[in-house]
Amino acid sequence: MKLAQPDAKMLEEVGQLAEVRGRSLWADARARFFRNKAALAGLVVLILIFIFAMFGGLIAQYERDFVDFSLMGANAYRGVPSIETGHYFGVDIDGRDLYARTVQGTRISLLVGIVGALVAVFVGTLYGATAGYVGGRVDNIMMRTVDVLMSIPFMFVLILMLVIFGRSILMLFIGIGLISWLDMARIARGQTLTIKNKEFVEAAVATGVKPLTIILRHVVPNLLGIVIVYATLLVPQMIIFESFISYLGLGVQEPNTSLGALMSLGTKQMNNGTLWMLFYPLFFFLITLFAFFFVGDGLRDALDPKDR
Amino acid sequence: MTFHSKLLATTAASVLVLSGAAFAESHAMTGPNGEALAETQEFTYRVLDEHSSLDPGIVEDVTGSEVVRDLFEGLYNDSKSGDTLEPGVALSHEVSEDGLTYTFTLREEAKWSNGDPVTAGDFVYAWRRAASPELASPYAWYMSLMSLENVDEVISGDALLEDLGVTAIDDYTLEVRLKEPLPYFPQMLTHATTFPVPQSVVEEHGDRWTRPENIVSNGAYVLEEHVPQERSVRVKNDMYWDAENTIVERVTALVINDENQALTRFLAGELDRTEVPAGQFPRLKEEHPEEAISFPRLCNYYYTFNLREDGPEAFKDQRVRQALALAVDRNVIVENVLAGGQSPAYTFTPAATANFEVPGVEMAAMTQEERNARAQELMAEAGYGEDNPLSFEMVYNTSDAHRSVAVAMSQMWNQTLGVETTLANMEWQTFLEARSNGDFELARGAWCGDYNEASTFLDLLQTSSGYNDAKYSNAEVDQLLADAKTAEDPNANYTQVEQIIAEEMPVIPIYHYAGVYMMDENLIPSWPVENVQQNWYSKDLYFVADE
Amino acid sequence: MFAYIVRRLAVAIPTILILVVISFLLMYSAPGGPFNSERPLPPEVLANLEAKYGLDQPMWRQMISYVWGVVTQFDFGPSFQYTDRSVNDVIAQGFPVTLTYGLWSAFAALVVGVSLGVAAAVRQNSVLDYLAVGITIGAQALPNFVMAPILVLVFTLWLGWLPGGGWNGGQWEYVVMPVIALSTSYMASIARITRSSMLEVLNSNFIRTAQAKGLPMRRVILRHALKPALLPVLSYLGPAMVGMITGSVVVDIIFSTGGIGQFFVNSAFNRDYAVIMGITLLVGVLTITFNLLVDILYAWIDPKIRY
Repeated sequence: MKLAQPDAKMLEEVGQLAEVRGRSLWADARARFFRNKAALAGLVVLILIFIFAMFGGLIAQYERDFVDFSLMGANAYRGVPSIETGHYFGVDIDGRDLYARTVQGTRISLLVGIVGALVAVFVGTLYGATAGYVGGRVDNIMMRTVDVLMSIPFMFVLILMLVIFGRSILMLFIGIGLISWLDMARIARGQTLTIKNKEFVEAAVATGVKPLTIILRHVVPNLLGIVIVYATLLVPQMIIFESFISYLGLGVQEPNTSLGALMSLGTKQMNNGTLWMLFYPLFFFLITLFAFFFVGDGLRDALDPKDR
Repeated sequence: MTFHSKLLATTAASVLVLSGAAFAESHAMTGPNGEALAETQEFTYRVLDEHSSLDPGIVEDVTGSEVVRDLFEGLYNDSKSGDTLEPGVALSHEVSEDGLTYTFTLREEAKWSNGDPVTAGDFVYAWRRAASPELASPYAWYMSLMSLENVDEVISGDALLEDLGVTAIDDYTLEVRLKEPLPYFPQMLTHATTFPVPQSVVEEHGDRWTRPENIVSNGAYVLEEHVPQERSVRVKNDMYWDAENTIVERVTALVINDENQALTRFLAGELDRTEVPAGQFPRLKEEHPEEAISFPRLCNYYYTFNLREDGPEAFKDQRVRQALALAVDRNVIVENVLAGGQSPAYTFTPAATANFEVPGVEMAAMTQEERNARAQELMAEAGYGEDNPLSFEMVYNTSDAHRSVAVAMSQMWNQTLGVETTLANMEWQTFLEARSNGDFELARGAWCGDYNEASTFLDLLQTSSGYNDAKYSNAEVDQLLADAKTAEDPNANYTQVEQIIAEEMPVIPIYHYAGVYMMDENLIPSWPVENVQQNWYSKDLYFVADE
Repeated sequence: MFAYIVRRLAVAIPTILILVVISFLLMYSAPGGPFNSERPLPPEVLANLEAKYGLDQPMWRQMISYVWGVVTQFDFGPSFQYTDRSVNDVIAQGFPVTLTYGLWSAFAALVVGVSLGVAAAVRQNSVLDYLAVGITIGAQALPNFVMAPILVLVFTLWLGWLPGGGWNGGQWEYVVMPVIALSTSYMASIARITRSSMLEVLNSNFIRTAQAKGLPMRRVILRHALKPALLPVLSYLGPAMVGMITGSVVVDIIFSTGGIGQFFVNSAFNRDYAVIMGITLLVGVLTITFNLLVDILYAWIDPKIRY
C-alpha cells in the first residue's frame, strides 16, 4: 500500500503557484495538458476503459454469473479464450465467462477507485477548508486531530472492520475513503489560508455572508484545480488498495467481482496451465493504473508552471 | 462429539493386538516388512495454520494433535488402520464386573525424555490438570465425555481435583473409576487430552513448559525447534522405549497459509506432503502419477436449511427442500469442481464409515435428468415458478473451494429451477456465530467423524444436539438414535434414520471428503491411507529406498 | 528543535490512547469470540476460560486493566490462541523478522530508486529515461500478490536458486524474494520522486552556475544537486517505512516468513484480541516514530526549516 503523501507534498507547493496566476490558469493548463503526449494517450485509454466498463457487457455472450458446467474446475483448461465459443477471454475457474466478469470487475474497480477518491476529496476538502478558514484554536484542534489520525495504521483498522462487520461494498467505500481524506484535508487547509486573505473573501465577509456560505461559495471553488489533480492521483491508489483487500478475501461478494479478485483467483491458477485467468484482468488492471498515472501526472504538470 | 456404546463394537473385544514388538529386529536399512530404506529419513510436511498449543491438556486442533501424538504417548495408540488399539504406555488393562473400574498395567521401560520413568502418577496429574478450572482447557469437555467419577463437579470447581476418578495404585498401576459403564472407554485413550504430562516441568515453567528449551516428553519424538507461524521441528527421542524401531529421524511441519504456494514448493522438492488445491488433482495425477494420492476420509459436506420458527417460510415446505436437494448435480461437483476422488453424497453418513451399509435412498438411483424433472415438479407443486421465483441467501465460510461449490450449486438451481440465490461468504468466526444463532437461510456445514461409527454423524440431527444448526426435530429420529446406543444391530436404525432424512431433507448432503495429497513417492508405502480418520504417527512412517 | 520533539511526543500519547480505544471497541463489538469453535463449549468450561482471560469483566474494566498492564509493566497480556506465549513473545518473535526484511526493502528501494531516478533525470527524454519511467510505472502498478508467486515460480521451481518460502532464522537466501516483492513498488515511487525533484534542481540557478564554472557533470550532481533533490524522497520515507511494515501482510502470507503481518491477519480471523491490540499499537508507535525521525532528519538537512 502506497501512501499519497509525496504527491500531496508536491501539490501543496504547486497549488500556491497556480493560484497566483488567476483566470488564465485554466486555459494555460489545458493547453499544457494537451501538449503532453503521454497524458493525452492516458486520457484516451481511460475513456476507452470507461466505455469498456459501461458498455462492454453488451457484446458479452454470457451472463457474468452463468456457469458452464463442462468448463469448470478440473475442466477449466478447456475454456480457452476463443471468439467462436463466445468466451472472448476464456472462462474463470468456476466456468464463468471471463469477458463478462472482466467487464464487471473493471466497473467495480473503477467505482471503488472513484467513489473512494470522492469520499476522500469531499470530506478532506470540507474539513481542510473549514479548519483553514476558521483558523485559530479550532484550526489547531482540527489539524492536531488529523495528525493523530495519521498515526493510526488504517490498513489494519480496515482489515478489522471488514472482518468484523462483514464485507460489503459500502464498508469498502467508507473504509477506503476515510483512510485517504487526511492528506486532502492538509492540502485544502494550506490553500484556504492563502485564499482567506483575498479581496473577494474579505468583501464577502464585509457584506455579512455567513462563514459556511463563504467556505462553500468562495473558498471551495478556488480549491478545485488542486482537488482534481489530487483525486486523479488518488484513484489508482484506491484501486491498488482494493485489489489488496480482495486478495485477503475481504473484497466484494460473489457473484460480483473486481479486478483485484479476478487477479487473485488467476494467480492461484498460474501453475495450472490457465494463464489467461491472470492475464486479462491483470492487463486491464495495469492499463487502468497506467492511464490514471499518466493523466494525473499530466494534470499536475499542467498546473505546475515550474516544470515546463 | 459424543461417543456411544456401540462404538467399534467389533474391536472392543479384540482391543489389544500386542503387535508393537512384532517389528522383529529391524535395523536401519530395512522397514517393518523388510523393505530397503532410503538413506535419509526426514519428513517435511505443510500445515495450513500454526497449531494452537502443544500442551496435551489444551491442544484442540488437528495440526496440533498430530504433533502432540508424536511428542507424547498415552495409554494406547491407534493401529495403522485405525480400527484396533496398540499398547502405548499401558500394556493391558482389566475391567471390573460392573464395567466401572479399569485397572491399567503400565510399561516399566517407558521413560520421559529426561530419563525419568513414566509413572501412573504422571497420568493422574495430567488428567486432573486437564479437568481443572485453573487450566481452563477448551478440551475439558473431553474429560467429561470419558465419564470419570466426579468429572463435571471438578470442571465447574465444585469438587476438589483429588475427587476425580483416577488413582495411582503404585507407579505402574493406574486405576480409573467411571460413573457409568463405557464399553469404548479404551478407544478414547488414544486422544491427546489423556496423554501424561511431566509434573515437575510443568510446575517449574508454567505456561511456557511446552517451549523447545523446556519441554520434556515421553513420545517417540522430542521438540527441537518451534518458530510460531513458520516451522516446528521434532527429532527422534532416544529415550523412547521403542526408539530402535522408530525410523524417521526428523519431522518438520512448515506453516504455509497459501495452498498454491505449498504446491509449488512441493514440486520444487521442499516438502514431502501437501494438500492438492480443489480441481487440480487430475492434472497432477497425470503429470506426477506416483505422487498424487487420494483416499476416502471420514467427513461429509452439506448445506443445512434453517428450520427455525423464524427461518424462511419456503424451507418449511418439504417439497422445496427436496427439490433443491434433487437439483444439485453432485457428479459435477465431485468430478469438476473438486476432482480429487471425493464421492457424491446422497446420505449424511459417508460410506467409508465402519460397519455402515449405505441405504438405498431413492435419489441415488435416479439419473440427474430424472432428478431435475422431479425437482421441477416439486417446485411447481409448492407454488414456485417463473412468476413467483424462490429466492434466498446461502452462506459459506471464506475459501476458494467453498466458493466454487456454492457458485456451482446456485447456478444449478438457477438453471433448472429458476431459483435466485445470493451468495455470502463470511470469515470463520463470524460464520460459526451466524450459524449457531440461526442467523442464516441456507448454510454450509461439514463434519468429520470423531470416531468411526455412523452415530458420530447422525447425532448431529438429534433435536438436542448442540451442532444441530438446522434445529431439525423429529421424534422418530431421536428415538431411533437413542435406541441405537443399546441395539444389537444399530445399523438397522441408522438406515432408517437416513431414509427419514432423505425424505424430509433437513440438510442437503453434497459430497464425502477424500484426503487428496501430493506425497513423496517413497513415503506413500508407509502412509496409513486406510485410516479414514488420518490419525497418523511419525514413528510408523518410513521412506523406502529409490528403486 | 527540542521543544518541537517534546511537543510531538506529547501528541503521541493521546494518539496511542485513541488507537487503544478504537481497536478495543472494534474487537469488542466483533461477532464471534476467541473461544468459538465448531463444537460449542460447555458453559462451565467457557466460564473458566473467560475468567482466566478476564473476559467476564465489564468492558471498561477490561480496557482499564489492559492499559494499566501496558503502561506499568509493558505487558500486553497473554495470547488467547497460542496458549504458551504472551503477546510480548509473539511480537518479539514476529517483529524482528518484519523489521529485517522491512529495512532491507527500504535500503533496496532507496538505492535502486534514487539511482534510477537520477539517471533518468540526467538523461531526460533519452531512451534510458523512457525505460526508467516505464519500469517504474509498471513496478508501481503490479500488485505484490501477483509478483510474489511469479518470483517463486521462476526462482524456486524453474531455476531452483532460492527456497520458495520460510525464514529459517533470516539466512540471506530466504530474505531475497520477500525483499524484492516488498520493495519494488516503493522503489518505483522513490524513482519517480527523485526524477522530478532532480529535474527541478538541475534547472535551478546554482546548478547552472556550477556547470558554467566548468565543473564536471558527475561532480555537480553528487556534490551539489543530490542533497536538495533528496529532500522530497526523505519526506516520503516515513510513510514508506510504515507501508513496508503493514504491507508485510501479503509477503508473510505468500512466503510464510512468520512476521507480524501473518500474526495480525490470523489473530483478526481468530479474534485473538490481545495479539491484535498489541500489533496495532506497535504499528501505531512505529508510525509516530518514523514520522518524527523523518521530520528531525529533514530539519537537520534542510536549514531553511525552522520549528
